[in-house]
Amino acid sequence: MPVLVYIESENKMFKKAALEVASYGRAVANTLNTSLSAVVFNTEDCSQLADYGVDKVLTVNHSNGFNAKVYADVIAQAALKESANVIVLSSSADSRYLAPILAVGLKAGYVPNVVELPKTQPFSVKRTAFSNKAFCETQITTEVKIIGLSNNAFGLIEHPTSLQSEAFSPQITSSDISVEKVDKATDKVSIADAETVVSAGRGLKGPENWNMIEELADVLGAATACSKPVSDLGWRPHSEHVGQTGKPVASNLYIAIGISGAIQHLAGINSSKVKVVINTDPEAPFFKAADYGIVGDAFEVVPKLIEKLKTFKAQNS
Amino acid sequence: MKILVCISHVPDTTSKINFTNDNTAFDTNGVQFVINPNDEFGLTRAMWFKEKQNATVDVVNVGGPETESTLRKALAIGADAAFRINTTPTDGYAVAKELSKVAVDGNYDLIIAGRESIDYNGGMVPGMMAAELGASFVNNCISLEIDGTNATAVREIDGGKETLSSTLPLVIGGQKGLVEESDLKIPNMRGIMMARKKPLTVLEPAQQQTCTSSVKFEKPAPKGAIKMVDADNIDELIDLLHNEAKVI
Repeated sequence: MPVLVYIESENKMFKKAALEVASYGRAVANTLNTSLSAVVFNTEDCSQLADYGVDKVLTVNHSNGFNAKVYADVIAQAALKESANVIVLSSSADSRYLAPILAVGLKAGYVPNVVELPKTQPFSVKRTAFSNKAFCETQITTEVKIIGLSNNAFGLIEHPTSLQSEAFSPQITSSDISVEKVDKATDKVSIADAETVVSAGRGLKGPENWNMIEELADVLGAATACSKPVSDLGWRPHSEHVGQTGKPVASNLYIAIGISGAIQHLAGINSSKVKVVINTDPEAPFFKAADYGIVGDAFEVVPKLIEKLKTFKAQNS
Repeated sequence: MKILVCISHVPDTTSKINFTNDNTAFDTNGVQFVINPNDEFGLTRAMWFKEKQNATVDVVNVGGPETESTLRKALAIGADAAFRINTTPTDGYAVAKELSKVAVDGNYDLIIAGRESIDYNGGMVPGMMAAELGASFVNNCISLEIDGTNATAVREIDGGKETLSSTLPLVIGGQKGLVEESDLKIPNMRGIMMARKKPLTVLEPAQQQTCTSSVKFEKPAPKGAIKMVDADNIDELIDLLHNEAKVI
């Protein structure tokens, strides 16, 4: 009974989080001494999956775009076809949207925010809880098990395979929801997919001062984010607000500029690996939660950091 | 329009998180409980529908008698009636099943839940309810308009947003954006007095089917000390990020 992974792509390219799901799925398959199957939508060239341990890929053509109910139904059919009893998804907005529907459809236990490989006998996984203030070991007691993997928790692990590809034509159910409009910046890295996030707070004094934040993000190939007060003041769009009631961040590098580090903010960004804080106030609570800190004025430090990073990038490219 | 808002009773964000019984249970000692913030945005949007479109708004929670203060707060904010399903929540599926029964029995048009609770962060209850009820479902909902039986909702996607149209009955996983932080209502004295007279019905749980169980908790290892870098020595920061942290 193979492990099944749902591999998300965007513009026919696999997302990094999806390749991480494949790497994790491979490791679970090895633990359970089985093979790894994947289901992929609207992507012809799946050869990259052979680098990350996928043995077999089911390719689905569905021209109508993402729909949680339809995708959940297709993944359920793929699971039945492959007799898979462990299914792994990412923590993307789409995966989180469809996972509960899939779980009900397959009468499967679903655990999101998983950060480690499962233990078997009994089958249990370690997840984050209490907004990253704790971990919870959770048993899944159903026959079919669904794991939602946290972003950046497992990493990419290469594992070459001889990938088999098979066109899969599931029954497509009719949908009760239709997409009217999609607004998406195509030229920017999203916070969810970013390896690095550059985030700024009220210390920037006004929206007119964000140029240097965007430039720093540009140099690093990073997404830009902001604290709650900044989005409440309308300095930046709500979609950039990270924290407990905003977007969660699980990047490799999180740079916080002029953000004091309120507990609600930290709850949202705590699963980032490396945190750098730049703040004028040496007593800012963020310094207690960070890995590297600079006490200094953002208006002096950030331009210098941009220049030094440009030099560094030029030397290391 | 009949609206049901699902309320989770959660530790306030600033609470110290500790565990008891050999790390198998959350220690509620000294913890202040609140309406789950994502649910509160939804409840406040429901109040808007009540004022502008004559909706009735009921609230429901799965929990023991200690959670009634949270339901009373929802009534003080303006909900018409409350239900408490008298059982300690076990897993997301069991909670979704219990809530679905209330939703079916009350024949609600719109069911609003938060995108996730801030304690277990599961984010599965609204989607599971929709699947159980066979209703339409919009997750990460940041805007909702209802016109007759038609609904227009905006959902947050990675890197943008998506506008969706659907029909009632509808379940949403709501979040900030449905209303703004500044729209949230602090109950006034009149609201609190009126809430005492509003019906709060205790229902016995229908089933206890679970798919998962929390066996043990642990707290993250204490963080290592921060390394401070002088503001005049940016080269050192770049060196640390490159050679030590290996993130650039």
